[in-house]
Amino acid sequence: MSAPTDRPEDGTPTLELRGVNKSFGAIQVLHDVHMKVYPGQVTALVGDNGAGKSTLIKSIAGIHAIDSGEFLFEGRPVTVSGPREAAALGIEIVYQDLALADNLDVVQNMFLGRERKNGILLDESSMEEAARDTLSKLSVRTLKSVRQLVSSLSGGQRQTVAIAKAVLWESKLVVLDEPTAALGVAQTRQVLDLVRRLADTGHAVVFISHNMVDVFEVSDRIAALYLGRMAADVPISQVDRPQVIELITAGRSGNLGIAPAEAAAVEV
Amino acid sequence: MSSTLSAPTSAQEPGGAPSGFEADRSADSLGATVRAYLDRVRGGDLGALPAILGIVVLGLLFFALRPETFLTPRNMANLADQAAPIIILAMGLVFILLLGEIDLSAGVVSGVCAAVMAKLLADAGAPWYVSVLAAIVTGVVIGLFTGSLVGMIGIPSFVVTLALFLGWQGFTLRLIGEGGTVPVRDPVISAISDRNVPVTLGWVLALLTIAVYAALQLNRFRVQKARGLAHAPLAVVLVRIGVIAAVVVLVTAVLSVDRAPAVGVVLAGIPYAIPLVVLLLLFLTFVLGRTSFGRHVYAVGGNAEAARRAGINVTRIRVSVFVIGSTLAAISGIVAAARLGSVAPGSGGGNTLLYAVGAAVIGGTSLFGGRGRVRDAVLGGLVVAIIANGLGLLGTEAYLNFIITGGVLLLAASVDALARRRAAATGH
Repeated sequence: MSAPTDRPEDGTPTLELRGVNKSFGAIQVLHDVHMKVYPGQVTALVGDNGAGKSTLIKSIAGIHAIDSGEFLFEGRPVTVSGPREAAALGIEIVYQDLALADNLDVVQNMFLGRERKNGILLDESSMEEAARDTLSKLSVRTLKSVRQLVSSLSGGQRQTVAIAKAVLWESKLVVLDEPTAALGVAQTRQVLDLVRRLADTGHAVVFISHNMVDVFEVSDRIAALYLGRMAADVPISQVDRPQVIELITAGRSGNLGIAPAEAAAVEV
Repeated sequence: MSSTLSAPTSAQEPGGAPSGFEADRSADSLGATVRAYLDRVRGGDLGALPAILGIVVLGLLFFALRPETFLTPRNMANLADQAAPIIILAMGLVFILLLGEIDLSAGVVSGVCAAVMAKLLADAGAPWYVSVLAAIVTGVVIGLFTGSLVGMIGIPSFVVTLALFLGWQGFTLRLIGEGGTVPVRDPVISAISDRNVPVTLGWVLALLTIAVYAALQLNRFRVQKARGLAHAPLAVVLVRIGVIAAVVVLVTAVLSVDRAPAVGVVLAGIPYAIPLVVLLLLFLTFVLGRTSFGRHVYAVGGNAEAARRAGINVTRIRVSVFVIGSTLAAISGIVAAARLGSVAPGSGGGNTLLYAVGAAVIGGTSLFGGRGRVRDAVLGGLVVAIIANGLGLLGTEAYLNFIITGGVLLLAASVDALARRRAAATGH
């Protein structure tokens, strides 16, 4: 990585990975991965199928323990050994197969597993108010009612609820796994706007997508994985679309990417 | 959950909605509520509708066929006694069905628990409270066992409870002995079915129930309106209170009429089985609707993976619904033993379970998990009991009884499956 990858005004990254390795048995999925995610910025995580994106976010979420390497959160080295610890740090993951219960309403889903209580009673009023507040802050205007069942929502609305759920928890880092996959044009628009607003409200956002148009529209930085190696982690202004595609498919582009010798070794 | 992943069309997204949540604020009109309800019914969410229709239609049918016996206060009291064990067993099954699981052994578990109680009463001479407690503890332990096999080892509940269905019958047979019956003559336990709440006390309780219900409903409405939360219109709240009040008053009035077969004796008042069912209904509704445990039961039933990711201990929820199911089975067994005055090796066998599952499903609890309420057990249990009671009055032969009850269960399951398909198709 020869190009300057940091801008001085970016400050301390919310999340920084240094030399992260992860193997499943004999198969090494992540090789010496470095990555920086800054507050107020959208970092696109791109890579072909099998490049290790899912493994990487599951490591961030605490679902997989990393084998070696450093995990820094807001500059402090931390070990995340479970989803609860990740959540306690302020890391929220919005999975591709939205973790929403269809038979519950929007408020119930947003507070699932972390219900507010008055003694043993659920505090429905305060949960409903907080859910509505969060949705309003994100300028979500497409929901008819916060007491609507999730089963009655469209794909875009579900994605919106899943994202709002992540934001409700004073999260600092929100990881979105392909939030625009399987959405129509108008709904993709809504979700991209929401992704942008997440960053504008100070969150560090990791945005996984295969769609280069979406990536270039909302992202500030781009991190490209190639066969488990971080080919580039740079401000988006330093790359253009053909370069990113080269990084995804070949692991290097011009002076960016993994060294030719290493790339050749990976190919074999 | 496959249907949740496909992206529906954007047709539901209102194009020019300026601020969102409009339905939460404009829910004040009665018309809008009625329209929303009709939409839900069309979308496959039938709620209590089939059960209420069933009660009305079957009631009219049997009244037409047996006008001199069916709607008499005596038969109504009998109906309540008949329905109580079915309803209580079904209440437990609602919890299990909410997770999309099944407990085929619930009926025979009620038999085992009743046998434990009867043996303690008859052979050991234990007082009633010790025997009842022992029966309930037996239920809890059995539930823990079943729940662990399902939740921790991961055997499908269908298989576990089918095996236990056979196993526990052997257990009851061993306890009671081949061909024998153990009488249950303890006055306190028998009182559940053959004693009545004094008429005056009955009326006091009835009016108290109505007053508390109305106060809770109105207070909730007031809080929701004051804080700008989503709420039903006042008219709907008032109608709800009115319906509950009417039902409570009607039942109390009918059961307060002297129904003694002979002149000179007075037999009037609400059978104790009714307040028992009402108490269980209130308590379990509270658990399911107002506690985080209940919320988690629904979540696990709706999407177990989502619940797991939300940090809910799915195994604990799985085990606990089986414990609740078996505990209620124990109570149901006690009530049934009180009604029959004895426990036999076949207690809780036969169609006991079929009736209870039928009751839950007819009441609107889905066999696919995620949808159901405790009141479903009450409404569905009444339908099942009316069928059994009415057919008894008609003097139909046993074979017809089986065929008709089986048919009704099949019908209810079809309604459930069709409602689900319809819901998937309309995005509800």
